[in-house]
Amino acid sequence: MAIVTMPALSPTMTEGKLAKWLVKEGDDIRSGDVIAEIETDKAVMEVEALDDGKMASILIAEGTEGVAVGSVIAEILDDGEESNLSDQTNAEPQAVAAPDEPDPTEAPVAETAPVAPVAASVAPQDGTRLFASPLARRIAADRGIDLKTISGSGPKGRIIKADLDQAPATASPMASAMAAPSPQAMGEASSVVVNTQMRKVIASRLQQSMQDSPHFYVNMDIDIGAMLAARKTLNEHAPEGVKISVNDMIIKAAAMALMRVPEVNASWEGEQTRRFNHADISVAVAIEGGLITPIIRHAEEKGLEAISTEVATLAKRAHDGKLAPEEYTGGSFTISNLGMFGVTSFTAVINPPQAAILAIGAGEERAVVRDGQLAVATMMTATLSSDHRVVDGANAARFMKVFKEIVENPVLALA
Amino acid sequence: MAEHDFDLVVIGGGPGGYVAAIRASQLGLKAAVVERENLGGICLNWGCIPTKALLRSAEVKHLIDHAQDFGITVGKAEINLNAVVDRSRGVAARLSGGISHLMKKNKVTVFMASASLGQKKGQKRQIKLDNGDVLTASSVVLATGAKARSLPGIEANGDTIVTYRDAMTPKTMPKSLIVVGSGAIGIEFASFYADMGVHVTVVEAMDRILPAEDEEISAMAEKSFTKRGLSIMTGAKLGAVKAGKTVSAEVTHHGKTSTLTADRMILAVGITANTDGIGLENTTVKLDRGHVITDGSMRTGEDGIYAIGDMTGAPWLAHKASHEGIIAAEHIAGKGDGHGVKKTDIPGCTYCRPQVASVGLSEKAALAEGYQIKVGRFPFLANGKAIALGDEDGMIKTIFDAKTGELLGAHMIGPEVTELIQGYVVAKKLETTEEDLMQTIFPHPTLSEAMHESVLDAFDKAIHF
Repeated sequence: MAIVTMPALSPTMTEGKLAKWLVKEGDDIRSGDVIAEIETDKAVMEVEALDDGKMASILIAEGTEGVAVGSVIAEILDDGEESNLSDQTNAEPQAVAAPDEPDPTEAPVAETAPVAPVAASVAPQDGTRLFASPLARRIAADRGIDLKTISGSGPKGRIIKADLDQAPATASPMASAMAAPSPQAMGEASSVVVNTQMRKVIASRLQQSMQDSPHFYVNMDIDIGAMLAARKTLNEHAPEGVKISVNDMIIKAAAMALMRVPEVNASWEGEQTRRFNHADISVAVAIEGGLITPIIRHAEEKGLEAISTEVATLAKRAHDGKLAPEEYTGGSFTISNLGMFGVTSFTAVINPPQAAILAIGAGEERAVVRDGQLAVATMMTATLSSDHRVVDGANAARFMKVFKEIVENPVLALA
Repeated sequence: MAEHDFDLVVIGGGPGGYVAAIRASQLGLKAAVVERENLGGICLNWGCIPTKALLRSAEVKHLIDHAQDFGITVGKAEINLNAVVDRSRGVAARLSGGISHLMKKNKVTVFMASASLGQKKGQKRQIKLDNGDVLTASSVVLATGAKARSLPGIEANGDTIVTYRDAMTPKTMPKSLIVVGSGAIGIEFASFYADMGVHVTVVEAMDRILPAEDEEISAMAEKSFTKRGLSIMTGAKLGAVKAGKTVSAEVTHHGKTSTLTADRMILAVGITANTDGIGLENTTVKLDRGHVITDGSMRTGEDGIYAIGDMTGAPWLAHKASHEGIIAAEHIAGKGDGHGVKKTDIPGCTYCRPQVASVGLSEKAALAEGYQIKVGRFPFLANGKAIALGDEDGMIKTIFDAKTGELLGAHMIGPEVTELIQGYVVAKKLETTEEDLMQTIFPHPTLSEAMHESVLDAFDKAIHF
């Protein structure tokens, strides 16, 4: 059994039009057959079946626009096989824009027999057999290529070495190191986590980001004592059900800073650089199996209560897997906060096509020197990762200076 | 009058052409073969098959000569040359008759004639036969093969200076023989005549014999031949050749020019494609150094015209021609995948004693292509079956990509290696890595165990050496 999902035809594609079905329900499908045409704003591309079987059901009609990447569009079944589409669709995450953040939740782990770890690592999740030569399997493991993304040119679609020559790596170097255990280690117990569609999107987008965007990092220690005091006052006077978090205040401060330093609120487009008029802040939210970045639009215009309520709603929808594509695509800047895990500081991978991401560490009491005296202050370290094609060092520094000013003087938020 | 319009006409009934016709017929095409001499072509009538029959006689002679090593006392072996040649011709005739039967069984029409491509008429191509018939076909497969190359200034006279055809039908056994060229053909004749008691001198222009093989295999073959009493002259330049009652040849070797004299000389200096007189001038078919240029589906530049086998270039091997014939037929029937033949997947076999067989890249070629390699070697003197056979001269060499474990090449010299090589050919085609080969169980006691040990040796795991 295999489900066919809306493919991402480019790293930035989030949705597309299902232009045409080239098969109909009941047709026999062979791996490699072109089954549909997908249209984006740039091109019409063909969708190839990755499995053999019968086209059991077509779930998205021809001509449907705005089909989200990763959503299920059809199901291919073996003869006599029952559909278990309802389970699959629930399990299938929505497409995701993906900044850097480790996944705090344990992904489901499939235990495999220790005798055949290599074969298991490439067997499709649905149990159908994937035909690939031993050499192709080894090269794919070494280079971090997901064989399920490859169409084979050997007999009956068997994947051979030549099919991998042009294939881009689809996993991070870490994943590829995991996928290619040394012969010594292979005898020991290990387990295999089959990558979900979301995991693959995260992998390819972040790899693309690190390959395409020259990252540089600027960090600053910020005293959050005044902000914590302001938060206390705000929450004491907040309406029932509203509890403003440190993160809400950081979103607001970053949005204001972006308005003052618009060079950072931008996107590299090759021949031109796009500057965004509003601060649409993507907020990284860890969810099962990965993460997603719902967006607080026009954050510079919103009050803290509004931001707080919106973040809470979006985060809940994210955990429930109910975000609509427009709720997580098209942000201008991302904030990733690992403070709740006690992380002092970290660097984040830019969420393309944005030009910067702000990584927030934990607020903690630190010894500081004030007027020549040792003092105790609640400090937080923030690190800005910037795409140097768009943002120069001075711009990044200016942004951080303004951000620090606002955080340290929360009254400025009233301005 | 025979039917003269076909879906496919194949020109040349050798191992490329007749196979293409059978495959086309299986796929529902109306196919014909035009053959000017014998079905089965050079391979079956004047090449692979009759020489194997001769070499079998040589092997029997060799065994009888050494019967006492096996505890058997026999009289002196005597050669009945006519009977040896007759047997060889009989084997060829029997197989050629078999091809006739296959043509009938597969409903392939056979025209015994010479053919030449004519003009295109609409969607059909005309093929003119020298018996006056004119055929028409939507597709044509050219499979005219090749002929022995000659050296300037040296004329084969069919008596003292001969090419392969006369070399395999000798009426008398020479006392001494010069073999010019040490490729598969030259070396097989050298080995045959040497076993038949002839003093053989091999003259090779390259710096080693069997120049297409791995250098180490060439060196072992030379050592083995020298031990058998053959004279091997590599890096030798052939000068003037004079033929009278005997043949004498000026040879410059190691900077010294001397004159070799022998009863006979065999010219085995390669082949040239048969591209003359087949009407290529009526097409846009292009040649590169005498060979027809083709793509992965064996198409020439001319619409509807395909070319296969020896005429399309090296390696000049029957099994390559057959495979290309199938690719062409399937493409014509709309079934091909255009993959073509990967040269490194084509095995080569030489049936001298000891036999030589190989597939893929030599060590030098692998290094030249930039691979980091692991090389395994295993000598037959450590193989139980080889010792029991009394045939322990030789070894198996395997070459792997150190990074991926891909089997890049296998090179063998020794007993029955022409039969053994296919194990590696299958492994290579299926893209096994060293791991699969190591985990494969090889039966004991067989020569094939040396194949396993060679793989193990490449990764420092050989058990028996």
